[in-house]
Amino acid sequence: MSGVSLDRRQVLFAGAAAGGGLWLGMGPALALNTPGEPVGLNAWVSIGRDGMVTIFSQNPEIGQGIKTSLPMLVAEELDMPWDKVVVKQAALAAVYGRQVAGGSMATTWLYEPMRKVGAGARLMLMGAAAARWNVPLASLSTKDGKVWDKTGRSLGYGELVDEAAALPAPDAAKISLKAPEDFTLVGTFVPGVDNEAVVTGTPLFGIDADVPGMKVAVFQKCPTFGGKVSKVELAAVKAMPGVRAAFVVAGNGDDYELASGVAIVADTYWHANRAREALQVDWDLGAAASQSSAGFAREAARLGKTRGDKLIWQDGDVDKALAGASKTIKASYHYPFLAHSPMETLSCTAEVVNGKVELWAPTQTPDAGRLLVAKLMNVPPEDVTVHILRCGGGFGRRLYNEFMIEAAWIAREAGMPVKLVWSREDDIGRSVLRAAGWHHLEAGLDKDGKMIAWRNHFVSFGDGKEFSKAAGIDEKQFPARFVPNFRTEASMMPLAAPTGYYRAPSSNGFGFVMQGFIDEAAAAAGQDPLAYRQALLGDRQVFGSVKTYDIFDAGRALDVLNKAAKMADYGRKLPRGEGLGIAFHYSHFGYFATALEASVAADGAITVKKIWVAGDIGRQIVNMAAAINQVQGSVVDALGGALGLEITLVNGAIEQRNFDTYPLIRMPEAPPVEVAFVLSDNQPTGLGEPAYPAVPAALASAVFAATGVRLRSLPIDQKALVKKSWRA
Amino acid sequence: MATTININGKALALEAEAEMPLLWALRDVLGLVGTKFGCGAGLCGACTVHVDGVAVRSCQTSVGDVGASKITTIEGLSASDMGRRLQAAWIALDVPQCGYCQPGQLMSAAALLARTPKPEDADIEAAMAGNICRCGTYNRIRAAIKQASGVSA
Repeated sequence: MSGVSLDRRQVLFAGAAAGGGLWLGMGPALALNTPGEPVGLNAWVSIGRDGMVTIFSQNPEIGQGIKTSLPMLVAEELDMPWDKVVVKQAALAAVYGRQVAGGSMATTWLYEPMRKVGAGARLMLMGAAAARWNVPLASLSTKDGKVWDKTGRSLGYGELVDEAAALPAPDAAKISLKAPEDFTLVGTFVPGVDNEAVVTGTPLFGIDADVPGMKVAVFQKCPTFGGKVSKVELAAVKAMPGVRAAFVVAGNGDDYELASGVAIVADTYWHANRAREALQVDWDLGAAASQSSAGFAREAARLGKTRGDKLIWQDGDVDKALAGASKTIKASYHYPFLAHSPMETLSCTAEVVNGKVELWAPTQTPDAGRLLVAKLMNVPPEDVTVHILRCGGGFGRRLYNEFMIEAAWIAREAGMPVKLVWSREDDIGRSVLRAAGWHHLEAGLDKDGKMIAWRNHFVSFGDGKEFSKAAGIDEKQFPARFVPNFRTEASMMPLAAPTGYYRAPSSNGFGFVMQGFIDEAAAAAGQDPLAYRQALLGDRQVFGSVKTYDIFDAGRALDVLNKAAKMADYGRKLPRGEGLGIAFHYSHFGYFATALEASVAADGAITVKKIWVAGDIGRQIVNMAAAINQVQGSVVDALGGALGLEITLVNGAIEQRNFDTYPLIRMPEAPPVEVAFVLSDNQPTGLGEPAYPAVPAALASAVFAATGVRLRSLPIDQKALVKKSWRA
Repeated sequence: MATTININGKALALEAEAEMPLLWALRDVLGLVGTKFGCGAGLCGACTVHVDGVAVRSCQTSVGDVGASKITTIEGLSASDMGRRLQAAWIALDVPQCGYCQPGQLMSAAALLARTPKPEDADIEAAMAGNICRCGTYNRIRAAIKQASGVSA
């Protein structure tokens, strides 16, 4: 998610070091081909003699549309009509390099390589035609899955593929690519390649896996993290109908890996889960049992009165600037723990035969899962095979592969192939949490209202030295570099529960906090929230660089901000109780601004009427269908979180267990979301995450415009917005 | 317990206890895995099927309850013109992201159009409020229902 470089050579080196890499993948594939089968020209493209082209999509599909967008890039440069392309999920193999759904990095890293894969295959086909016709390669062209010469002769790819496969792979560095204005497929609206399977109920997802002889497993873990089985009576459970095995898994004490628990294997999920309900377990709750959300809130408030232990970043002299400011403002912001809760609960199918492990896994990180299983099962990594299955949502949850090692372990212990299925109660109760956070903020304004000082005391989780996973803050988080006296400091509280990356990690909370406090500064300065942000962004400066991962391009931020404002007709007069809010955020190389119109009823109930989003992810949208879907989905996700989602810990255990207490947003609450892309001359980058962070801040901005009430804590307490609390 | 169950126009032999939820009889006994498990508590709608034309949550409906009723699952949706129109709209408008909830969404939409062929926005919201889409594809679900029913968006 961070610490990655955009340097493509590094990607190639990484792949080569793992024994493959793009250009090896483009190498002569002849030896891999089976007579009579479609012919592979490289690891991604295989062509049948009938001209049908199969393109292998290397990354896991979690709903981000990668299984469609990567093959589109290949097909574009191959000049292959999309309706004659079959897309298949690639195997997990070193030849593909990084096969991960995470960090919105696939487009960033693969936009050019996937085009070269297609262009390279095209050159091989042209080379075969040139040899067949004995004409120079330069005299040939391609269109509609055929190679053409200047006289109008043509040969279909299927007629050329055997000869093409015998040619050496072209030198990738010398492969030229289409000019974007010549694209006929990339940039259009292409429905997902699995849509038909989705709407007909064809087996597709991880939970749909079926292996001969397979039984279904459930795994009951301790309600507290770090807890373990103390005593359990299994005889009664084993005697229940349909139950094949029941046993304790000691685990390795690591909640990211294999926790202690009781496994039950039965003929169906229902049999297994019914037996689980009859389980009587005495748990050793462990040290986590002393931790609760209420305690964290008290400690975070206490820490807010102190200075942070750890200096994250500093410019100028904040104390001096605050002392000399014309006006100062102070506020504390908070956002809660969240659970990813993908619609498909975690599941994995595993079979262990003669010590070799085979897994069918809906995971975002198949190779990490493979290595985890190898480590804990004490088998060589090459004895673990992972089949990548479509994921029913990810949002970061499937970056963590406990479910894979659980399935493998249970299959080995039970001596039969099993499909492990987590219940929704398992999913929410054993979350890898989006870390809650508290920000104690102070700003100083000069006589013109300009922000001259910013202090953020960030209270998060960690051991005092290192933050818990995905619970830290980056040095240059906006508005760093836009305020001359700036300081971010942090304090940490120990947390037993595991935390992790959740869609738009860190940014998903920071967008609300930073933009919310900027909105407060605008109000304190007596200025319009849009105009104040425009002034703060200044004159289109670019700070940092892509390579050092600290870029911030003020011009791109201004352009999306202005676009969103225009889309929403910002500035129009609305009656009391209605408001139009605005906010922006930069993350994952994407610049996004959100305008949001909301009304607040006398009882405090918020209705979001419409949301307008402008985003800049570079010069090219790969697939307009998936791009708009991702933005709309991110926005609805963020809105739902802001309106109603919170995980709370009580005595070390998560209180919420299902959608009654963890109420994901439903259709009636989801407003129309209008999306526009601002194209800028920058490398195309990813879209799974950056549209999320600005939304809660835009909502808070709209509610302030409507009621004068400032929202500083998520989820929003709508009861606190009753009309008598409104301010002028 | 051996029984006969009527699914998608076919009488199938089913070996399952009467109290087994229909969801698990479909998925784990009959191998019809298009119907999805989401919450096990009737809260998310992923497991929606039709029993005698009415949308029900199959995780809350037991095998014994359905008896000789006619069950339609997502695998049988394309048997009707309206089912095919919904599927075509879902594909053309690229409704799915992860796609996991969409069989349930489609079954709820089909039950809606069966009784309200030209739904208003409020009808759509009322019929679809029981179906969660974690990916947030609600804008497109609404548009696809309108397209399939010939109501202008």
